[in-house]
Amino acid sequence: MSESEAALAALREEFDERIVDSLEFRGQLTAFVQPESIVEACKFLKDRGFKLLIALTAADYWPDEPRFEIVYKFYSIQHDELIGLSVRLNGEEPEVPSIDAVYPNANWHEREVFDMFGIDFSGSSDLRRILMPYDWEGHPLRRDYPLGYEEVQFTFNYDEIDKRKKYAKD
Amino acid sequence: MLEAEMEVTVDELKGLVSQRAIDGETMLLNMGPQHPSTHGVLRLLLELDGETIINCVPDIGFLHTGIEKNMEAKTYEKALVMTDRMDYLNPLGNNLCYCLAIEKLVELDVPPRAQIVRVLLTELTRISSHLVWLGTHALDLAAMSVFLYTWREREILLDIFEMCSGQRMMTSYFRPGGLWRDLPEGFEEAVQQFIDLFPDRLEEYENLLTENPLYIERTKGIGVISIDEALRLGVTGPNLRAAGLPFDLRKTQPYSGYEQFDFEVPTATGGDTYDRYIVRVEEMRQSLRIVQQALVRLPDGPVRSNNRKFVPPPRSELGHSMEAVIHHFKLWTEGFSAPKGSVYFPVESPRGVLGCYLVGDGGPMPMRVHFRTPSFANLQALPTMSKGHLVADLVAIISSLDPILGDVDR
Repeated sequence: MSESEAALAALREEFDERIVDSLEFRGQLTAFVQPESIVEACKFLKDRGFKLLIALTAADYWPDEPRFEIVYKFYSIQHDELIGLSVRLNGEEPEVPSIDAVYPNANWHEREVFDMFGIDFSGSSDLRRILMPYDWEGHPLRRDYPLGYEEVQFTFNYDEIDKRKKYAKD
Repeated sequence: MLEAEMEVTVDELKGLVSQRAIDGETMLLNMGPQHPSTHGVLRLLLELDGETIINCVPDIGFLHTGIEKNMEAKTYEKALVMTDRMDYLNPLGNNLCYCLAIEKLVELDVPPRAQIVRVLLTELTRISSHLVWLGTHALDLAAMSVFLYTWREREILLDIFEMCSGQRMMTSYFRPGGLWRDLPEGFEEAVQQFIDLFPDRLEEYENLLTENPLYIERTKGIGVISIDEALRLGVTGPNLRAAGLPFDLRKTQPYSGYEQFDFEVPTATGGDTYDRYIVRVEEMRQSLRIVQQALVRLPDGPVRSNNRKFVPPPRSELGHSMEAVIHHFKLWTEGFSAPKGSVYFPVESPRGVLGCYLVGDGGPMPMRVHFRTPSFANLQALPTMSKGHLVADLVAIISSLDPILGDVDR
């Protein structure tokens, strides 16, 4: 049994019902954890040797519910193995406890997820927008956020665009 | 935008800097985003006591181009061109990461020749990326000549990339299932010429810096980071190896046939700016070893998978096979579909762990692509590393971390 399988079995034993589901896809293991237990689950994995939080991101499954999935990937330097934790969140006021007390490098990744998906990481040491301007409205990586583009100004539509683009004249 | 909206209020600063700065005892200095030594558009808010840095707050996002969002609106194959533009010094490495993630998601095979060519070109990219790093790093420390020399060698590499892909930088040469096309004539000779010439040139750079007292003075003991601290802050790549941990995904989780190659993972012990220099220079030597081996064992054969559900048929088949025409039409209009599910594929880029998280939804476009970029993760360690140093040292620390802002902001 590989270390990630052993860690997953131990995680199931320790957390029991708080592990909602687990999944193996293309040889990669993921355990789905209840949002309230994510900090403890991270601590558990860190104590088992998964010392490096290698990725933290989210995916939006809109219009399905639960809509969001927060993805955590941990790496064990000792065993050279990867394990994933995931948290499913509903679309209305999505919130999950921050893990930056356990893995300090989670902070920027959480800020990015907050910025892009509008997910609140409660208890985070510093949750601000990171990539978008601080006064930006909306969260661009949500599936219901349009991709959008800038319309090019030609002679035939000059006035029309000019009317909409007030800031260009300021 | 109104001017009143642009102003940063004291409240907003409170969480970022100490009370002393708000009382006016220490100085707040804005560095960037257009500062030449920030390697792009990185803005730093510095809190200074005299010239000593008490606090450093990075502000990123000036180069955010929405690559991840854009990729969601393109087919798997067409989205590939966006990856070149993330870490623009490592285009082939980004292509590789994205292609490997797709190949894992759809379970696509890659012919041996394509695998070896991928390794060969990725290692050449690593050398060219380190050359840019070495030149700009030395330039930041006022050693102008190194910059000119490294650029000269990089030009040879860019010519090689142009030979294969038609592009100097935005190559898009690796495709899901293999390569765009086979290597051109004269490729092997060009690489061989580079292999013959490069070790001497590398020695030239080392003569300029390794024992240069000015360089040592500026870099030894500057921006020290220990293994534990590096892991805590998610620092990987040469920055972690300079602290002493031989963590390299090419060795620990070999992909694309790296397990067949004989190379070492250089490490140092101090974890300071000088050690990061030593590690990167040694890495160029090791990359050259891999290139050499790859060139010798380059097998003949196809360069793209024969799986017609994912790879368009060659032009020659279109004239006589109806099936080929159908595949050609389907793949270039709709693209191939990937199953529901998600994969995470990490590779070792010149800067550290580059990971691609890819979610398929059964359709021809990725539902979500996320790149865990090494520059983003490494830059997070900058406040810790720069505390207590002088502003002039900060310049050395930033460049020794080797952040590419395109990679940070995506």
